[in-house]
Amino acid sequence: MKDIIFKVISNELIAKNTYECKLSGDISDITASGQFVNIKLDGFYLRRPISVCDAEGGVLTIIYKVVGEGTEAMSRAEAGTEWLTLTGLGNGYNTSLSGDKPLLIGGGAGVPPMYMLCKKLISEGKAPTVILGFNTENEVFYKEKFEELGAKVIVATADGSVGVRGFVTDAMAGLDYTYFYTCGPEPMLKAVYNASATSGQFSFEERMGCGFGACMGCSCKTKYGNKRICRDGPVLVKEEIIW
Amino acid sequence: MINTKVNLCGVELDNPIIPASGTFGFGYEFAELYDINMLGSFSFKGTTLEPRFGNPTPRIAECSSGMLNAVGLQNPGVDKVISEELPKLRRVFHKPVMANVSGFSVHEYVETVRRLDGEGDIGWFEVNISCPNVHGGGMSFGTSPELAEQVTRAVREVTKKPIIIKLSPNVTDIVSIAKACEAGGADGVSLINTLMGMRIDLKKRRPIIANKTGGFSGPAIKPVAVRMIYQVYEAVKIPIVGMGGVATAEDVIELMLAGATAVEVGAENLVNPYACRDIIEALPKAMEKYGIESIDNIIGAAH
Repeated sequence: MKDIIFKVISNELIAKNTYECKLSGDISDITASGQFVNIKLDGFYLRRPISVCDAEGGVLTIIYKVVGEGTEAMSRAEAGTEWLTLTGLGNGYNTSLSGDKPLLIGGGAGVPPMYMLCKKLISEGKAPTVILGFNTENEVFYKEKFEELGAKVIVATADGSVGVRGFVTDAMAGLDYTYFYTCGPEPMLKAVYNASATSGQFSFEERMGCGFGACMGCSCKTKYGNKRICRDGPVLVKEEIIW
Repeated sequence: MINTKVNLCGVELDNPIIPASGTFGFGYEFAELYDINMLGSFSFKGTTLEPRFGNPTPRIAECSSGMLNAVGLQNPGVDKVISEELPKLRRVFHKPVMANVSGFSVHEYVETVRRLDGEGDIGWFEVNISCPNVHGGGMSFGTSPELAEQVTRAVREVTKKPIIIKLSPNVTDIVSIAKACEAGGADGVSLINTLMGMRIDLKKRRPIIANKTGGFSGPAIKPVAVRMIYQVYEAVKIPIVGMGGVATAEDVIELMLAGATAVEVGAENLVNPYACRDIIEALPKAMEKYGIESIDNIIGAAH
């Protein structure tokens, strides 16, 4: 964990209410996909926890959805804006358990961490399949980016406007995979839990106070004891989750 | 020569800065960031007799210049605090620590303090009396002078260490509670705990926090803290540990002028994990700016 100034390089609308922001700064503390950063914005007391989409060559990429006043303020940030940012937070995904054919399942704002994970798995010589779930066509992002990495990509939309009609679990049916990784809204995670044929890892979201384990604001119960989503998570393994 | 030392109930502190309970865990998350031995002391995570998970989530909501929390005293229970947390804490902190304890009955307070009393590194007990009192018709110990005095007397019997009673601001007359604690044998009082508040999600039309209400902390509450410290200082002789919205060295000076002997820093640790280090480093310069040579000279100087 480090508290570092990051400078906005670009901040662009890439889908409905969804922004891709590239930032320059020290990314050395980001050691695993699935980790997050906690950003201090002018005029807001608490920081904004945002998952890491990519961290390479001194550039941090985050993708966020405008859901409230904080993310609305972020969306107005121009190149050159500086944000004090705690980096390297959370445990992140463990890729050593993936097997040869891991399945990555991202839903909406849960898609971004799948990108760095997918890159890592491919660099380890594995052949990931990626399911990207959205409500409708104008919310879809990063399909091509995943394809450029060399992953097999399946898009699912709830209204069927693009790709498989239905939820990510509809796209999972019949797929052959060795392990899975997922991030998305909690109802989706639960559906994936029930539909999955193998073990896997889930990244959870929770309202946080500090983001680094001090306040116990984001605690949850697991089969392995109480855990803080920010510090002991956000990634939990299938076997420990209590719904 | 600038002197930041203060004496809190017979124990000398290098400086008056103490991270507040519940915002600093058992210290070791922060010890990864800086040497926490620079602190005056710190008040560890509120400890109860039995382990507690606390409240359901969401437990946190943001406010203008502050936040609400309803963690609900999550802690592993006093026995695990002694066997697991304190040994880890000892590796990173080598000064007397403040043991923050809570309970839901007089017996629980007494038993928790009794079990912790043998731990040599505990310099003070900070007894949090703003929890619901299941034995008192749903009132809390901190909102009744009689119950506040009763719990103080009961804890007094099981420890010779200084007892500091942590007071709730959610009362009509905090002075009467502080006086009751003094009468019951307290060595000090600490104030203020969080103010009870609520925020509502406009889309869901429901309170944001699962517990509905939460404790309001952060810079927004500082004027309430200053006022209550000022009033209590006029009414009791025992030292006051002041807290509420402290984020800068100037805030520390303000609370001390109102009457605080030492100052706790709470919510600010969560948004700036280096807050206490930054305040301690800024304190000598701030003292110089306001013509303060020895910080203990300004305690209650606003009166």
